Amino acid sequence: MSSFNPQTPASYKGLHSFLAGLPGIDQVGAEARAAALGTRSIKKESKIWAIDMAISMVDLTTLEGADTPGKVTAMSAKALHPDPTDPSTPSVAAVCVYGDLVYAAREVVGDRLHVAAVATAFPSGRASLNVKLADTKEAVDAGADEIDMVIDRGAFLCGNYGKVFDEIVAVKQACGTAHLKVILETGELKTLDNVRKASWLAMKAGADFIKTSTGKVTPAATLPVTLVMLEAVRDYYQETNIRIGVKAAGGIKTSKDAIKYLVLVNESVGDAWLTPDLFRFGASTLLNDLLLQRQKMITGHYSGPDYVTID
Amino acid sequence: MSFQYAPAPESTSIVNIKSSNGLFINGEFTPGHGTPFKTINPATEEVLAEIAQANQEDVDAAVRAARRAYDKSWSKMPGRDRGKYLFRIARLIQERAREFAVLETMDNGKPIRESRDVDVPIAAAHFFYHAGWADKLEFAGFGSNPQSLGVAAQIIPWNFPLLMLAWKIAPALATGNTVVLKPAETTPLTALLFAEICQQADLPQGVVNILTGDGETGRMLVEHPDVNKIAFTGSTAVGQAIQRQIAGSSKRLTLELGGKAANIVFDDAPIDQAVEGIVNGIYFNQGHVCCAGSRLLLQESIAEQTIESLKRRLQTLRLGDPLDKNTDIGAINSREQLNRIIDLTQSGEDEGAQRWSPDCVLPAKGFWFAPTVFTNVTQAHRIAREEIFGPVLSVLTFRTPDEAIEKANNTPYGLSAGIWTEKGSRILGMANKVRAGVVWANTFNRFDPASPFGGYKESGFGREGGIQGLGAYLTSEESS
Repeated sequence: MSSFNPQTPASYKGLHSFLAGLPGIDQVGAEARAAALGTRSIKKESKIWAIDMAISMVDLTTLEGADTPGKVTAMSAKALHPDPTDPSTPSVAAVCVYGDLVYAAREVVGDRLHVAAVATAFPSGRASLNVKLADTKEAVDAGADEIDMVIDRGAFLCGNYGKVFDEIVAVKQACGTAHLKVILETGELKTLDNVRKASWLAMKAGADFIKTSTGKVTPAATLPVTLVMLEAVRDYYQETNIRIGVKAAGGIKTSKDAIKYLVLVNESVGDAWLTPDLFRFGASTLLNDLLLQRQKMITGHYSGPDYVTID
Repeated sequence: MSFQYAPAPESTSIVNIKSSNGLFINGEFTPGHGTPFKTINPATEEVLAEIAQANQEDVDAAVRAARRAYDKSWSKMPGRDRGKYLFRIARLIQERAREFAVLETMDNGKPIRESRDVDVPIAAAHFFYHAGWADKLEFAGFGSNPQSLGVAAQIIPWNFPLLMLAWKIAPALATGNTVVLKPAETTPLTALLFAEICQQADLPQGVVNILTGDGETGRMLVEHPDVNKIAFTGSTAVGQAIQRQIAGSSKRLTLELGGKAANIVFDDAPIDQAVEGIVNGIYFNQGHVCCAGSRLLLQESIAEQTIESLKRRLQTLRLGDPLDKNTDIGAINSREQLNRIIDLTQSGEDEGAQRWSPDCVLPAKGFWFAPTVFTNVTQAHRIAREEIFGPVLSVLTFRTPDEAIEKANNTPYGLSAGIWTEKGSRILGMANKVRAGVVWANTFNRFDPASPFGGYKESGFGREGGIQGLGAYLTSEESS
């Protein structure tokens, strides 16, 4: 590997050999396992429980060039009270916005919810470390208590793990007390072996959460990728007694999908991870489907899109 | 708070079980002449139906019907027309898939998840696959004009009732033979539903005949002088008895018998998937699988860690109502089988192996056995040598590939094996040395109609499925 990475210093040899020594993943087997868990049938009271859990795990997200303070204000209000007709509906976990709009979100949610900002030249990560750190610090200063950073996939794919590692360490430092979610962008890493390696790399570098995707690349979150990441946090916990969170982001649009993820969490890492502190959904449209299903479970009939709020 | 799954039972309203069932001879349901017996739901011990017992008179009638159908229509019918019937049967199985799945689960005790996602779809796939062969037999490598054999007597076990029926009937019909099939005593219901499908498909009378009954019915069928071919899947003891019975006759025979498969996990294996493969290998269908991976061979360097992962995984298995869509482990098929499993596991403890099961509550009624792992097992233990045919795994260890081969092959059986390693060259090297008819690499218990299945040594002979499977029902001679 060193021939491709003349710049890899000897100090990273340990990191390289550690990542190379992780057990492989048989893609067919991992996909079959994820698909099998996807056939679990969650009904009645367990479905209500799962829907409320899923709502409380949502990072309600808007990451568009067209975002405005008004849009973020509206979304943040919804994050606090997702279903104004039913106060028993839980709040979501956080709102997730670009760094320059953190202030708008914070004004609405106060300290009642987390505010997450994407940073580090999201979504591509193609900028110098200084720019990434400045991006991070600005978001934290504006009131973000969670930072969603992207890894340098180019560096990862050419085997320059040391660069990826150092950037995460530096961003973590820039976060201060803010929680760091490290986006692997698994749609660009392609193989499940890479997903496992990148998961370990991020955890060793200090990630509080590992996150599948930016939502800007297809495929975004998938069940097999999330399963592999959950297995990584499970193994990391076995080794260190530290629980790292997992965030599945992008492409999860229906309650049915969200429940499949909860089943996956339940049967791979177990109960301990079934909390917004350790599992999140990065989503925008998912929330309204969860609310529609929740109304249906409680009232016994479906309403319609006009009975949940747009944000 | 924990995520509890509410009960999600599949409705049984789709099935219509007759309280009393006859035999299927010459295209019609007729009463049997023996003393009827009852089939029960092993998960509840409730009687599902009364089943006819075929005696000699019935066996004679069924073979006569099959012979007449063979002579008059089926053997003379162009292959493409036989193919049409097979396609029709395949589609009908798909159309009535849920009915088959629910009925199979009620009669057998296997989880609906498996009957729905494995048994029934693969059964349909076998008919589709063989339908395609029916008009292409001259290109299958058995000479330019391969001929059918005549009347095939087929005896199948209770572990995959419909699927084993499909493995037997589909190739026999595709190649132009007619059939008298005897389902297992404890699981006759899906075979009788299949008989309805034959009527629905307008299959000519007598091409498929189904005789319910016990081992005595099977013996009469095997001994019948007008039977040309015997296909048996079941225990090695019965297979040997059949071989003795037909010695000296011109009857052709294929036997698919027991197994004690080695599932070999190397230290460079994809461990998480290997753990899934171990679970699927031995706990699938409550371990009632002749090719089950009942002997786990772990490389010593990863043994401890893998056993720990396996135990953690087993804690998540859900044992209970087979009709619940979230059930992973269903009921043991019969009290007799349960007693055998209890007896063999007791011997494991007595001989010094260490027994472990996850916490799980067994239902009060019905036949149940918790998934069980034995560690510290040696080649000398009964649980390492005898087929348990239950959810019981014996874990052994090895140090080198050579030792793995030696241990894997040190069994009278030779049906299947599993090899887990990320190293391709090792897979190929091991597959050549393991004496087993089916070798899975980085997977286990996968079945496809295009892939031949069968054993070495006391696991039997002959192959089912694929081109090789057609050979069991064809001869290159001009007449049979």
